[in-house]
Amino acid sequence: MKIAVAIKQVPLRDSALRVNPAGTWIDENNLSFEINEPDAYALEEALQLREKHGGEVIVISAGPARVSQTIREALAKGADRGIHVDLATDAGTFDTLHVANLLAAALKTEATDLILTGLQSDDLGYGQTGVILAELLGVPHSTIIMQVEIQPGKVRVKRELEDSWFQHIEMPLPAVLTIQSGLNKLRYATLMGIKKAKTKEIKVITLDAAAEVPQASAVIERLYAPEKNKQGQIFEGDPKAAAAKLVEKLRFEARVL
Amino acid sequence: MSVLAIVEQRMAAEVLAAAQQFGTSLATGVKAYSIDLPYTADAYAAGAEELIRKVSPSLVVFGHTYQTRDYAPKVAARFGRTLIGDVIAGKPPLFVRQMFQGKFNADVRLVGDGPHFVSIQAGAWRAVAAEPAETFSPDLSASRLRQVPEAPFREAARAVDLTAADIIVSVGRGIKEKENIPIVEALAQALGAELAASRPICDAGWLPMDRQVGSSGQTVSPKVYIAVGISGAIQHLVGMKGAKTVVAINKDPDAPIFEVAHYGIVGDLFEVVPALVEEIKKAK
Repeated sequence: MKIAVAIKQVPLRDSALRVNPAGTWIDENNLSFEINEPDAYALEEALQLREKHGGEVIVISAGPARVSQTIREALAKGADRGIHVDLATDAGTFDTLHVANLLAAALKTEATDLILTGLQSDDLGYGQTGVILAELLGVPHSTIIMQVEIQPGKVRVKRELEDSWFQHIEMPLPAVLTIQSGLNKLRYATLMGIKKAKTKEIKVITLDAAAEVPQASAVIERLYAPEKNKQGQIFEGDPKAAAAKLVEKLRFEARVL
Repeated sequence: MSVLAIVEQRMAAEVLAAAQQFGTSLATGVKAYSIDLPYTADAYAAGAEELIRKVSPSLVVFGHTYQTRDYAPKVAARFGRTLIGDVIAGKPPLFVRQMFQGKFNADVRLVGDGPHFVSIQAGAWRAVAAEPAETFSPDLSASRLRQVPEAPFREAARAVDLTAADIIVSVGRGIKEKENIPIVEALAQALGAELAASRPICDAGWLPMDRQVGSSGQTVSPKVYIAVGISGAIQHLVGMKGAKTVVAINKDPDAPIFEVAHYGIVGDLFEVVPALVEEIKKAK
């Protein structure tokens, strides 16, 4: 079975993020990047499905030149080959529908049985790329998937609903699934994996300047730190002194001691 | 030109309130419908598409539910649009949504012709009394419905009912390792509190799933909620915003959890929590 995993490169978790001088996106200077964590779970699920059913895992990512590093890391974990849709700037600065269009165009000729991606990105957090991809490729989809069971010609999934409810859904292959985080334990790249990844293929797709760009639905006009909630009382400094102040509040204000 | 609210049971009153507000600011009428079908993504996408072609609104409003997330982006794509999902404030043409897991807000401006698509975050608009939505029964005879759903189910009954707890000590990624869980356990014990966690902790198996607070776990409203090493992603906040007093302990002063905290300590939890246990023991 042929599985594609759409992954996104985002700033390293816990990076100190700053807004760029124009106030429209983050300042990328001195930032390190890594795979979007939910996409790492999608990759892990794809690798496990391949181990069970055989076949091939292709990772695809859209973004600037630095994205090839994240693709290479996925190859080191065991993906077979990569596709890099080369964008001039970070994928987060592109309209979601636009990115999905580019990914769909790149995947159209691959004839994959299954496309997986994380349930959302840690930067924009739209959680839409997988759903739109399914629409553009004309295949069924399901989101926030906890379990994937391949059957002849179809897939049965366990989908998460709100308030600890779940549901099983069946649909014909090919299909697109967005994978819930925490489904599996993530593997590390082995030394052998890293060595092998160096010789694996990454196909670079450069954007055709003449290609029609779908009109964006919205633009980020301003990115900014949310206003601070002034009502909260923050204790800083010596942990012991701060703890004493907090206990006083729990005792005399919240009255739980 | 109108505003179309597509509602489901969840968040219906909030969506109607938001749609009314958007209608007022656009000086246009509001139409509200629920789609009368058992849910699948294909069925709802086809139904919503038919409804939108019938009403031809300039703005379509949804609640940002799991169901909306599953099908609304597909509908928007059919109209060559992206859903502006999970907005927390604003009105057309400018909406506010969180990005980078709540570290930043973004003002997002709608561009081009309608229909535009937005979904509102749970709790962001106050529900008001409104005319109930009409039901819309689409004609799906020409649609390909590919998902076959089974009945929703719950896994084994919850062993832990956090909703009854007066005090909850909740732990997040900041705890770093499973071996460190006893540090927060000691705090819970000193306070006579229930121990809870954010999703990554339960995903990792460091605490059982039935101690998870958030959109996919339990929704709690204790007298005191102490968030230890929890950054405060929206998925967690929706599960504990109802607490009477929120206390946050986190090393990152910019963590979104401090936005909802009544009291906070900025510091290393591995120093702060043991100090807190000491002080509580002294106070008792």
